[in-house]
Amino acid sequence: MSPETGIGAALLTPLVGAFLIAACGRSPNLRETVTMASAGVLFLLVASLVPAVLDGGRPALTLFEIMPGLALHFEVEPLGMLFALVASGLWIVNSMYSVGYMRANAEAHQTRFYVCFAVALASAIGIAFAGNLLTLFVFYEALTLVTYPLVVHAGTAEARRAGRVYLGVLVTTSIVFLLVAIVWTWQLTGTIDFRSGGILGAEIGHVTAALLLALYVFGIGKAALMPFHRWLPAAMVAPTPVSALLHAVAVVKAGVFSVVKVIVYVFGAERLAALGSGDWLPFLAAFTILAASVVALRSDNLKRRLAYSTVSQLAYVVLAAALLAPLSIIGAALHIAAHAVSKITLFFAAGAIYTAAHKTEISELDGIGRSMPVTMTAFAIGSLSLIGVPPAIGFLSKWFILQGAVQSGHHFALAVILGSTLLNAAYFLPIVHAAFFRAPPAHDQAYAHGEAPWPMVAALSITALGTLALFFFSDPLLRLIAPLGKSTG
Amino acid sequence: MTAHLAILQVVLPLIAAPLMILMRRATLAWLTAVAASAAALAIAVALYARTRDGQVISYAIGSWPPPWGIEYRIDAANALVLLLVSLVALVVALYSRRSVAAELPEEQHYLFYAMYALCLAGLLGIAATGDAFNIFVFLEISSLATYVLIALGRDRRALMASYQYLIMGTIGATFFVIGVGLLYLATGTLNLADMASRLPDVQEQRSVRAALAFITVGVSLKLALFPLHLWLPNAYAYAPSAVSAFLAATATKVSLYVLLRFYYSVFGAPFVFDEVPTREVLIALSLAAMFAASVVAIFQQNLKRMFAYSSVAQMGYITLGVALGSADGLTAAILHLFNHAITKGALFLLIGGIALRVGSVHFGRIAGIGRVMPLTTFGVVIGGLSLIGVPLTAGFVSKWYLILAALEHGAWWLALAVVLSSLLAVVYVWRFVETAYFEKPDAEVARLKEAPAPMLVMSGLMIAGCIYLGLETSLTVGGASEAAAALLRGWR
Repeated sequence: MSPETGIGAALLTPLVGAFLIAACGRSPNLRETVTMASAGVLFLLVASLVPAVLDGGRPALTLFEIMPGLALHFEVEPLGMLFALVASGLWIVNSMYSVGYMRANAEAHQTRFYVCFAVALASAIGIAFAGNLLTLFVFYEALTLVTYPLVVHAGTAEARRAGRVYLGVLVTTSIVFLLVAIVWTWQLTGTIDFRSGGILGAEIGHVTAALLLALYVFGIGKAALMPFHRWLPAAMVAPTPVSALLHAVAVVKAGVFSVVKVIVYVFGAERLAALGSGDWLPFLAAFTILAASVVALRSDNLKRRLAYSTVSQLAYVVLAAALLAPLSIIGAALHIAAHAVSKITLFFAAGAIYTAAHKTEISELDGIGRSMPVTMTAFAIGSLSLIGVPPAIGFLSKWFILQGAVQSGHHFALAVILGSTLLNAAYFLPIVHAAFFRAPPAHDQAYAHGEAPWPMVAALSITALGTLALFFFSDPLLRLIAPLGKSTG
Repeated sequence: MTAHLAILQVVLPLIAAPLMILMRRATLAWLTAVAASAAALAIAVALYARTRDGQVISYAIGSWPPPWGIEYRIDAANALVLLLVSLVALVVALYSRRSVAAELPEEQHYLFYAMYALCLAGLLGIAATGDAFNIFVFLEISSLATYVLIALGRDRRALMASYQYLIMGTIGATFFVIGVGLLYLATGTLNLADMASRLPDVQEQRSVRAALAFITVGVSLKLALFPLHLWLPNAYAYAPSAVSAFLAATATKVSLYVLLRFYYSVFGAPFVFDEVPTREVLIALSLAAMFAASVVAIFQQNLKRMFAYSSVAQMGYITLGVALGSADGLTAAILHLFNHAITKGALFLLIGGIALRVGSVHFGRIAGIGRVMPLTTFGVVIGGLSLIGVPLTAGFVSKWYLILAALEHGAWWLALAVVLSSLLAVVYVWRFVETAYFEKPDAEVARLKEAPAPMLVMSGLMIAGCIYLGLETSLTVGGASEAAAALLRGWR
């Protein structure tokens, strides 16, 4: 199969999957088989594009022109390749987890759930492979809209309120800032294609570039930079598989991915560094890293703590990209993958605890490691990876970002990363400690629940092992994203 | 035969109307209305195809050469309007059978279709003619037919709405005819092209400026420019469903075309925008419409009224594009004119289905409608997304061009106003989403079924049109830019 067909097939697979899932709605077994099959096929299709990209190729596919000169155009470059691999690979594991979770918790509207999930994945792939800003925007908005039913899945008043915040923040930022930024870019340059080295020419001044960058950075609300981060904790009202794959991987990574993409392929890291128009961005990212960590530290609700931890970790990616150094940009890309596998493990664990023990607050988790040893071990591995302890992938990405900070001479970034590492440890390790070393509450039922259903335990074990495996076998990953550093000089 | 297309465009539906009165049979009248609309669409397509290359079709009625006789003059701009009106007319005519049967007593059916054909003839006449007084005549024909159509609504408030519109519409028509009279005094001609060539010599006269003001106000009443929109919400809300859909998609759009024709082809953009502060006034009123009407829409309890106020807001986008006075602005305005007509037409058709089943379109009554009428509800959501301007819908394309035009004009704050006011659309559309999907249907609603198939198919086609025009824009963007070019070229 040629790479061009591969792109088309990858976009189509989850959509066809969604259609089939809807058609098999009456038979849960068949429906979930279709979900798993779509996920598997999608991953294989995405993986089939890797050799071409590794060889330096940029497979492209142009569908049709929406407006004169503005086509739906896809082009696979290393960063998008990485994002697509992460999203589609984790969809397989997440589907397994979903089956266990949705059945064990007897959730309603499961067909709608799986359909929206599949369409969300199609949107994420569309974002990953987008060859121009218009295509990116189309799938970005689609991802917002299709995840809305997942966020309000419960249909309760609380879910509706959360849905309003979710939609309100994401749609407002994307329409008011991002759309204007894209039209402005088109008006200034006459192109909105992603190009190595950027598309903004010499005629763009310092102030214009700074304004445009601000419109992009705030317009991409999915990156959850403060003050537009509120939608992410609100989205935690969704069933845990949604929080795990979408609000720790696909949606939020689509956000930071877009930010990195805009910095590298619209502005051009070198040109942005020369203009100095992005000098404020590392400070904003640094503030988000620290502030979100502090909020996480103060949250007793497990999913809320994880959500704020995500806000903080996403800002790592933005910080790394904003440092504009070759190594830090590689670190940004690597952190997209590292945070994805680590954080999905943590959410899987949170969902497993909720399913097995019906606990949502951290203060209730004393001694839970004795009845759920596998789950809590996985949780510990995920935590250590996010703190940046070897041998987990989180160490590697942090290492690259630190090197990038040194390379670019931003010593304050070093301090921020070190400080936030301490904060990470402060909000993760007490959970692990309480689970394993504190005595459980002294009543008869404390040990009774045991582990969650096996598909969930299997899923979280796979991702936990994944964080370790990626550390030891990081070479292909690094080879894939190496061109990102080169193209920036 | 083909030489007479311009006049056949108007005359066919005009003759169809009295024929229906003679038939007195509902089914026959309906078939005639469908046939007349289909013929009008075929002619409009033919005319559109001919004017695409910049050709202007001139037809002298009764072979009296212009400027003495009445001239029909069709270029890329009004060909597009004719296409839009007759396209919507055919869809609504096909849709109307079930809807009218449910909402009107049997003995009024043939009258309804007769008035429908008359209204269509009037609107097509306004668009096709190149004669100022003839515009007035057709304006009155379409308006009188519209008053009757609105009054046929089964809610008794329809009478009041119709009366309200009668008063306001008559004031508008009077203002318009006073303006035309002043222009006749100054130039001695009623032929628009002839008038355009004579106006530069008399431009300094105060009466010409007064004519511009009178025509602007008169036409603005008909196109529901804020704050002259007061007739519109009631008229749309209480008219029969098919009428709301037809009016929302065509009546205000044709009036806007008249404004464009006078501004660009007759007075000329330099006079309108540089000699007189039209731009400032129009921008202020457009912004007021975009924000005030959207805010009012948010607080409506009646679904049709909500979308009616939304129409007032959307007309604000169109007049904003006009006010920019540039080729880009004009393109954006005409593009949105077309796209909004399709979107709003589709929405009102879908709401007609809800009205038929539920018997009311009050927010309190349609709770949980998404469970019993999933297709209709989903259609309304898609239409709503197009109003918001979500990508891959028609609304996105026009919003893109409007923002682009504002930025080209150097008015970043207008671009900001456009995107900010679309957020208000998110609020009122989402109010529908939450009511339709999250609330439990009461026992009465829970028993209901999906709308009848013919209505569903026709409204589905219009909604599909919304998506299609978001994906394939060569017809709309191409047509709008040709129309803008034709208008800017003028008729001198």
